[in-house]
Amino acid sequence: MDFSCNETSDVLFVKVEAERIDAAAAISFKESMREITGKSAASHVVLDLSKVGFIDSSGLGAIVAVMKLMGGTTRLDLAGLTPTVDKVFRLTRMDSIFTIYEQPEDVEKIYKVG
Amino acid sequence: MLNKLQFSIDFPSSDMSVRNALEQIKQSLSPLDLSMDDMASVEVVLGEVLNNVVEHAYGQSLDGAIVLSCVRKNHMLRFCVEDEGKSLPNGRLPMGDLPNLDVPLQAIPEGGFGWYLVRNLSFDLSYKRIGQRNVLAFSIPFEGNG
Repeated sequence: MDFSCNETSDVLFVKVEAERIDAAAAISFKESMREITGKSAASHVVLDLSKVGFIDSSGLGAIVAVMKLMGGTTRLDLAGLTPTVDKVFRLTRMDSIFTIYEQPEDVEKIYKVG
Repeated sequence: MLNKLQFSIDFPSSDMSVRNALEQIKQSLSPLDLSMDDMASVEVVLGEVLNNVVEHAYGQSLDGAIVLSCVRKNHMLRFCVEDEGKSLPNGRLPMGDLPNLDVPLQAIPEGGFGWYLVRNLSFDLSYKRIGQRNVLAFSIPFEGNG
């Protein structure tokens, strides 16, 4: 699975460059994310899902697993949920677990204002 | 004419063939011009049901066959999924309750959402074990003028 990463002083932005986080992709997603976040010292990671058009319960589980791997020390937020992904997060109430930004740029605003 | 829409596909049990099957199903449904939200429901429910067959009914045996059929009836799509894998646990459909999320971080569930999504987005869900076959059927409503 492909990702593109962009690290500012405060935040590591990880964009998923794939159309699906489904059962066929969940393990590779989890492994790659473990590697990417392991290499970074950022205490705030934003997962950009704007290219992801579909997620299933395996993919959802993989995102939760990544958040748990990062432990309580690094924060994982989500951004750019497309309609189907948003629907799955809302129905499963996972939208109450994560902070979700409409677009990744919105994250930078909180630092600028703060 | 479109009211007669029906199709059937079969494919082997694997993650990748489920992905391909979903693509094929979306194309077969394209004459109905479903809204994005309705298409999302179809893809989410079928994805969960088919992955469940791959992961649990067939598990490690990779040569299992899955047959999916779809019939349109007015504003309902009736789907039927058949396989020759293991029966559902206790021969029954899981309740599919939403897992409790009001728990500490490390206890947040990574699974258990599949049947919840299926039950939430489909109607008239039924399961039968017929001989060595699992037969699961359900309906998904859609809007539009198709």
